[in-house]
Amino acid sequence: MQTFESKIPDGPIKEKWKKHKESIKVVSPNNKMKLDIIVVGTGLAGGSAAASLAELGYNVKSFCYQDSPRRAHSIAAQGGINAAKNYQNDNDSVFRLFYDTIKGGDYRSREANVFRMAEVSGNIIDQCVAQGVPFAREYGGTLANRSFGGVLVSRTFYARGQTGQQLLLGSYAAMNRQIANGKIQLYARREMLDLVVIDGKAKGIITRNLITGEIERHGAHAVVIASGGYSNVFYLSTNAMGSNVSPVWQIYKKGAFFANPSYAQIHPTCIPVHGEYQSKLTLMSESLRNDGRIWVPKEKVDAIKLQFSEIKPNDIPEEKRDYYLERRYPSYGNLVPRDVASRAAKERCDAGFGVNSSGKAVFLDFAATIKERGKEEIEKKYGNLFQMYQKITDVNPYEEPMMIYPAIHYTMGGTWVDYNLMTTIPGLYAIGEANFSDHGANRLGASALMQGLADGYFILPYTIGNYLADEIQTPKINTNVKEFEDAENAIMERLKSVMLIQGSKTVDYFHKRLGQIMWDKVGMSRNEKGLKEAIEEIRTLRKEFWKDIRVPGSLNNINPELEKAGKTADFLELGELMARDALQRNESCGGHYREEFTTEEGEAKRDDENYSFVGAWEYKGEDSVPELHKEHLEFEYVKLTQRSYK
Amino acid sequence: MAEKILRKIKLKIWRQENAQSKGYFDTYELENISTDASFLEMMDLLNEHLIMEGIDPVAFDHDCREGICGSCGLFINGRAHGPDNDITTCQLHMRKFREGATIVIEPWRAKSFPVIKDLMVDRSAFDIIQQAGGFITINTGSAVVANTILIDPKSAETAMDAASCIGCGACVAACKNSSAMLFVAAKVTHLANLPQGKPEAKKRAIQMAKKMDELGFGGCSNTGACEVECPKNISISTIATLNREYLSANVDQ
Ligand SMILES: Cc1cc2nc3c(=O)[nH]c(=O)nc-3n(C[C@H](O)[C@H](O)[C@H](O)COP(=O)(O)OP(=O)(O)OC[C@H]3O[C@@H](n4cnc5c(N)ncnc54)[C@H](O)[C@@H]3O)c2cc1C
Ligand code: SF4
Ligand code: FES
Repeated sequence: MQTFESKIPDGPIKEKWKKHKESIKVVSPNNKMKLDIIVVGTGLAGGSAAASLAELGYNVKSFCYQDSPRRAHSIAAQGGINAAKNYQNDNDSVFRLFYDTIKGGDYRSREANVFRMAEVSGNIIDQCVAQGVPFAREYGGTLANRSFGGVLVSRTFYARGQTGQQLLLGSYAAMNRQIANGKIQLYARREMLDLVVIDGKAKGIITRNLITGEIERHGAHAVVIASGGYSNVFYLSTNAMGSNVSPVWQIYKKGAFFANPSYAQIHPTCIPVHGEYQSKLTLMSESLRNDGRIWVPKEKVDAIKLQFSEIKPNDIPEEKRDYYLERRYPSYGNLVPRDVASRAAKERCDAGFGVNSSGKAVFLDFAATIKERGKEEIEKKYGNLFQMYQKITDVNPYEEPMMIYPAIHYTMGGTWVDYNLMTTIPGLYAIGEANFSDHGANRLGASALMQGLADGYFILPYTIGNYLADEIQTPKINTNVKEFEDAENAIMERLKSVMLIQGSKTVDYFHKRLGQIMWDKVGMSRNEKGLKEAIEEIRTLRKEFWKDIRVPGSLNNINPELEKAGKTADFLELGELMARDALQRNESCGGHYREEFTTEEGEAKRDDENYSFVGAWEYKGEDSVPELHKEHLEFEYVKLTQRSYK
Repeated sequence: MAEKILRKIKLKIWRQENAQSKGYFDTYELENISTDASFLEMMDLLNEHLIMEGIDPVAFDHDCREGICGSCGLFINGRAHGPDNDITTCQLHMRKFREGATIVIEPWRAKSFPVIKDLMVDRSAFDIIQQAGGFITINTGSAVVANTILIDPKSAETAMDAASCIGCGACVAACKNSSAMLFVAAKVTHLANLPQGKPEAKKRAIQMAKKMDELGFGGCSNTGACEVECPKNISISTIATLNREYLSANVDQ
């Protein structure tokens, strides 16, 4: 029953979504009341979908692993959300946002999907304002904008450095209204452990109640996965500690194709790593690059002195500083896209110009802006970020430049979906960061929030009707059937076996080792030899995990180590697929940088003739090599060029 | 400040198997902790040791580890979120502690936040309060174009200040009455300062306050302890706004 067809509607790009909406089926209000939908995830994607579907009249069951939907990882997004409103009169438009996103994604995304996202972007802002999201305002009371990396217009809407939080509180509030209405049933502190497929269609999930340990069955007419991204496969990332690939991995193993797993984004402005015990990395919003200048010393002697704390950054005179982004990319300067900025930082540090004791940091300096426009303005714009920096590092960034270094931040890859956001399993949808759809090989800043909310508020609520219209005869899903029982038994089996091992190493030990392999060999810069080694090393590590892991506690109680073990076990499988995907892609594009495929100046070099496709992997069983399917990308409206930000 | 190593610290931690069982304090020692480590990283290290010694690790809530999700919340040495101002537990660093220190770590203590294991509590009461009215009644798709309604930046800023609440519960833990007044006031103030939230402002104040009482949170006696421990600097002036909405609503009735 699997379908691997993008289902992109015919016609001119500006008409596609409109025509599609007109042609897809609609479910009557009466019938909606009889249909159940499971939404896994309460982030911007899942939260907005759950609320909108409930408003339409469907019965929604909403799941998250945190104690409240409001804590989903979207809450941590700082910088802002894009929309083609053209409020700055700087010649922005739906087409320009579309164009920037395709180009920023290094021509590895679908034109039709991206155009649709750009088209609904304005509605998102309207919706969020109506919910009470306190976006920043101009003196006259209109909405304010800022600019973000990789674009030449100012189209990013923001609420201080807490945009994700405010947008999420908006969708959380919309959910709360529907919970009060009885249209959303909330299941917090639940972890999805498997998908249940009956007669080829998604019909439910199995979860673990994280307080009682109870294994539960939940049936529905459709299942939506909105579980976020998988950056934590690298152990250290900017994602929340609990962010994971598990729901995406479970559905992959049940037949949903996994697209472009190797496309991971490195964020250039994170607080550098400082110790062995470190548990996560903290992002300093990219918006800081609007007002901060990035530099390292021109001369290596100065860098070495900084590394040994013999001098302070402010001891280095202006003429001895190398503002390397401004030097290399005069037209975009400090605002080049993330992948370009990250690699440039790595290049300087690898060449010995790093500025902290590990040599893995560059400066982000606000002195010029503070001098020009005053401390107050900076404080107003970035106060909470500066405070956060100082609390972590004990350095006052108003007086000394910040130190930053790239870190893993976002995964463009994810579950493959068609134009309707349906996976290769009928009745199963994937939205938000969990799917692969709109960002190609690199995501532009402030576009993830836009995509999550586009999917959840304005796309899925329409497209899901097209499938459900044919399910109105299907009664409530009975969970006392073999398929649910089998899934539940398999889970119990796995949980018990992981508890039985009682080996000599903790989960974190394995997760850290996996992270190191991923960062060294499947990270910012990759090559054939390293990728092949990574595949072998991950396999060996996986075997070791299943022999030597120690999970304390019991199955019938709160057990964070057990949760971590399950997530890490999945990461240990995902890591191999990422390496495999990176290995098959003999080109460099966006966040995927293969050392063998570069221009003479060391910039990424695409191979459009052979690699202009989405690589979608099909699971073939535990000991088999997965199969690669190719969805060829056609570009009718954007001319493919080598990205240049010079 | 340069990194230092704390050679030895003592941890006195609340242990409790589950909601039904009785809790007790247990004491652990930990060696060689970097002052650059975060408090929760120190807890991770402790747990790594406990697991290896065959002792059940200490359960605590956490997720973002950057002060925004509101998951974490420990009562450290008698203070909600520990001995530093304007931060959450996950933002606390070991440089705030001295060599040889004894650190007492407890869960939030409040009737409406029952302990479910060790340092984890059930804060679902906060969600229930929000469901009682912490929203604007608007369906997806029915919004007007954003710039049709102008909002003066000052109101937007006041709304934003209040909207920064992360729902951590420190205000309740810090209050001798276990009142959730600051939390409720933050939401009421956020929405009452925006034109979109005005029509329902009074109803919202009444319903949320009523739900708060029903759920067993105590009354407010204006001690201001909540404001001191709030990691997001929510001001007790929001409580005045709540009272204003509440009283004017009662007058209307
Ligand atoms: C620090 C940081 C800053 C960022 N800043 C920006 C920005 O300024 N602009 C921008 O556009 N993007 C930004 N991003 C990216 C953006 O925040 C995310 O891509 C986006 O929020 C993802 O939303 P989501 O709804 O897909 O998933 P999430 O918000 O990650 O939500 C995932 C949900 O799934 C649930 N879940 C996960 N696994 C399970 C399971 N096994 N069982 C049950 N439930 C589960 C979780 O409980 C949660 O509710 C930032 C990201 C980070 C890390
Ligand atoms: S008001 Fe402050 S202390 Fe209370 S929940 Fe909100 S952020 Fe936490
Ligand atoms: S873990 Fe998110 S606020 Fe502390």
